[in-house]
Amino acid sequence: MSESATTSAKKRPEFRNINAFTDLPSYRLPAAGWVSILHRASGAMMFALMPFIIWMFDTSISSEISFARFTSAFNVGMLGLPGFLWKLVALALIWAFLHHFMAGLRHLWMDVSHKAVELQFGKSSAKTVLAISLTLTAVLGAKLFGLY
Amino acid sequence: MSVNYGSKRIVVGAHYGLRDWLSQRVTAALMALFTLVVLAQVLLSKGPIGYDKWAGIFASQPMKMLTFVVILCLLWHVWVGMRDIYMDYIKPVALRLSLQVFTIVWLVACSGWAIQVLWRL
Repeated sequence: MSESATTSAKKRPEFRNINAFTDLPSYRLPAAGWVSILHRASGAMMFALMPFIIWMFDTSISSEISFARFTSAFNVGMLGLPGFLWKLVALALIWAFLHHFMAGLRHLWMDVSHKAVELQFGKSSAKTVLAISLTLTAVLGAKLFGLY
Repeated sequence: MSVNYGSKRIVVGAHYGLRDWLSQRVTAALMALFTLVVLAQVLLSKGPIGYDKWAGIFASQPMKMLTFVVILCLLWHVWVGMRDIYMDYIKPVALRLSLQVFTIVWLVACSGWAIQVLWRL
């Protein structure tokens, strides 16, 4: 290696880790990227809210009296928070479950099919996952808030 | 190959992480199946769903056994998933270990509660 090659070379651009504030806003994720990061986010959310999920399981299943407590939390409120706020939490969990479920099925399908790991299928299936989970969330959310 | 422990341990080869990957898939499939079983019973029941119908779904012995398995699946599945997240985003060893310990405590406590709810029904 000649020395001139190293001294005359232009300063090469440095690529460091992306910055959450300066880089992320300008990044445009493809659909598969959204499915992937939301798969994580929804999983982490259900992990964090697991006691609330089990509380719902507990009160809804244990007795008539606890069942009444379960429904009144969403209709009247609980712990000083109004019912619609608890409904919103429930709706967030519904979305998290639906997204995690659909994205998980996509994963399982990709594990068993070579066709499914092709670029085109990755794109279309990611869009399908987002479409199904968001539509079902909207439908169930409308039901939850008594729109029909 | 005379010394295969400590810093001399050879950490290459097959199935490092395969078990985690596979168990996450298997538990996911079981939980998806459970979801469909519960959903089918909700959708196939007639009239509005009150306490009796809802609790009735989980009351039978086979359903309790399936739900019990699903709770254990959840415990395992979430452990693998949260560990994946920590491995990607949490670099300081002390913080990562603390979060892993917290996660185990959290998950074991939650599954204990869920199992208690299930078996006193």
